[in-house]
Amino acid sequence: MSPDGRGDTPEGGRSLVSVRDLDRDRIDTILDEAERFQKALDGDGPQQTASNRVLAALFYEPSTRTRLSFESAMQRLGGDTITISEASASSMAKGESLADTVRVVSGYADAIVLRHPRQGSARLAARFADVPVVNAGDGAGEHPTQTLTDLLTIRQASGSLEDATVVVAGDLRYGRTVHSLGLALGIYGANLRLVPTGDLDLPADLEEEIRSRGASIERADAIGDALPQADILYQTRVQEERIEGTGARPETVTLETLREAPAGLKVMHPLPRVGGIDPAVDDSDHAVYFEQARNGLPIRLAVLNQIFGDRS
Amino acid sequence: MRELKVTPIRNGTVIDHLPAGSALGICQVLGIPRPGSASTVSVVMNVPSDAMGHKDIIKVEDRDLHEDAQQQLAVMAPNATVNTIRDYHVSEKRTPEAPETVKNLAACPNPGCITNDEEPVSSEFDVHRNGDGYELSCAFCVERIEDPIELVG
Repeated sequence: MSPDGRGDTPEGGRSLVSVRDLDRDRIDTILDEAERFQKALDGDGPQQTASNRVLAALFYEPSTRTRLSFESAMQRLGGDTITISEASASSMAKGESLADTVRVVSGYADAIVLRHPRQGSARLAARFADVPVVNAGDGAGEHPTQTLTDLLTIRQASGSLEDATVVVAGDLRYGRTVHSLGLALGIYGANLRLVPTGDLDLPADLEEEIRSRGASIERADAIGDALPQADILYQTRVQEERIEGTGARPETVTLETLREAPAGLKVMHPLPRVGGIDPAVDDSDHAVYFEQARNGLPIRLAVLNQIFGDRS
Repeated sequence: MRELKVTPIRNGTVIDHLPAGSALGICQVLGIPRPGSASTVSVVMNVPSDAMGHKDIIKVEDRDLHEDAQQQLAVMAPNATVNTIRDYHVSEKRTPEAPETVKNLAACPNPGCITNDEEPVSSEFDVHRNGDGYELSCAFCVERIEDPIELVG
């Protein structure tokens, strides 16, 4: 059992369910801690703060990077991971509710990492589990450790999250990474420049929420038009079936797109890039998407360390 | 003086100032009439109203509206008044206040929401002020419902 009992959030406990539950202090703390872990990874490795601890990874949907980075993080903290990776072969196929599954798993593990196809599943799991729950993607909902990874990358690329100018391009309507990133950048007063593909624009209520958190939002028709004075270009994947019939083509970021971009502009992508960025960009100083993917490890180390590190 | 087409009730509850057209949906949410109840329920719809243009009224004999039901009502119909009737007279008149969260109002309209699966939870919405009324967001999937009355329409 977890040292702090129930894993509910935001009322208490150490669960991480939604970006909406995170205030600026908690984000800054996690990012600072992730930077310490980056240094530790380059040196003697992290302290074994999760020794004799067990993480249950419940993956009801396929995932490679997220699952591997959580497992790697847990191992580097000295702990072990038990995994359900094929939901079809497990309790879901037998008709067991998620609530029952997490109650049972709470008896086997000290924390749960959950990826599930239904929105709100992590919130539900956090209510029923006796141990902290980390949301590793709940359908079209949220994926907060991805957002924290993005924030770490932006902070390191542009020096600060405060007042950063971030161009966000691609599928802004359905892309959950964009939604969560917008909400998080909002509390830092970031300037967002949106370049939606076709009519895949940010939902109006979400735009209002992001503005109300302090972000300014403007739009451009083409990525190149949005780049002057920008710190970050955050390109996202457009799923072809979503733009069928709209006549819209996802814009590919090429060296030509970046020809007049500020020298310090960094290009990010949550990957897989699926045609969103020309491979020729990989070798330019603008490309940070592989560093971004790597940052997933120190972020997950920081998040797990917050759960296991303090045993007082 | 307008004449209502429904006779006064002796004991029970009169729910007044409901948005026109909402009464049947509200009855459904509030469980009116109770299954097996022999008491009369009168629903009057599209009654001319100075304040609202038109309104609906529900009269429920021999039943008081419990607190949870009053809170559900407040979310759906912020201007609703609940009159408790004793011996043909109004013994209490209340405008119920909306709670911070409301349960069991209706299923979450987001088909991808976990609460629409076979899970041991009821629907639950956070209630937010929006002008004169309220808007809701699902406590699980954060789906936004701008006008709660649409949930029960």
